[in-house]
Amino acid sequence: MGGNSPCASCKLLRRRCAKDCIFAPYFPSDDPHKFAIVHKELPIQERCDAVSSLVYEANARVRDPVYGCVGAISYLQNQVSQLQMQLAVAQTEILCIQMQQEPALPTQQIDPDEKSLLLHSNFNNLPQYLNFASSSNVIQDPLKRESLWT
Amino acid sequence: MISTRCAACKYLRKRCDTDCIFSPYFPSNDPLKFACVHKIFGASNVGKMLKQLPVHHRAEAANSLCFEAQSRIQDPVYGCTGIISLLQQQIYNAQKQLAIARAEIALNAHQAHLQGGSQFQQIEASSSFNNVAAEPLHVDQSFFDPPWLF
Repeated sequence: MGGNSPCASCKLLRRRCAKDCIFAPYFPSDDPHKFAIVHKELPIQERCDAVSSLVYEANARVRDPVYGCVGAISYLQNQVSQLQMQLAVAQTEILCIQMQQEPALPTQQIDPDEKSLLLHSNFNNLPQYLNFASSSNVIQDPLKRESLWT
Repeated sequence: MISTRCAACKYLRKRCDTDCIFSPYFPSNDPLKFACVHKIFGASNVGKMLKQLPVHHRAEAANSLCFEAQSRIQDPVYGCTGIISLLQQQIYNAQKQLAIARAEIALNAHQAHLQGGSQFQQIEASSSFNNVAAEPLHVDQSFFDPPWLF
């Protein structure tokens, strides 16, 4: 990396940017603002939200010392997957009903294999953030636990 | 001589003892993992958090801390809570779509019933309508709703 300018983090911290600087891939020299944000130089209007989110994460970590709010993410991902599955089933049923009601088409039942293909094709590709087991203590009793904000 | 220090001790430039709390979870071949958690949480805090946990939970805790730290670096204002908000929005959209789909199925079934009993019986026999009409998945939103989002 001879001749390359130092990354934004080393520029701000006024230190030598080594060849294997671990921050260089994430904070290019042409975007000093990105590292400035991480380096506690948030604009005033964003500081309030940042503090609130930090408190939220800290509380989640107190409740669940192993997974913290990552457990909540895992739980919500599962919910999204289950809802998408139910939605795919419902949309497939609608398609079946429409096909059965269509007079021009031959009156034959849909093959179970074709139904399975329809189900799978309805799935949206959701980004999977992580694959943690959703055994978080944070959400085992969602109905009993009070809100983090009370 | 090949260094056997873990990533944490390499980063902190200290000797890696045999009972180093970091070494099982921050191997030397992944320096960025420790760099992220150290930047956000601090090595001392990470060590304290890991020591407070049973040994069999520490690996997952280290990984979840790494995920939180990386999320915070990528989104300095919202961190993991930004992902939680996104998933909540996905759940809301999926529930809305599911309600619409189920209403359409119910409407189709009602119309078929009005047109003639034989068509309705055919739909019931060929579809898993009863499964679709099951209770929607309950997602307790109040636990996850930070007041500054949505």
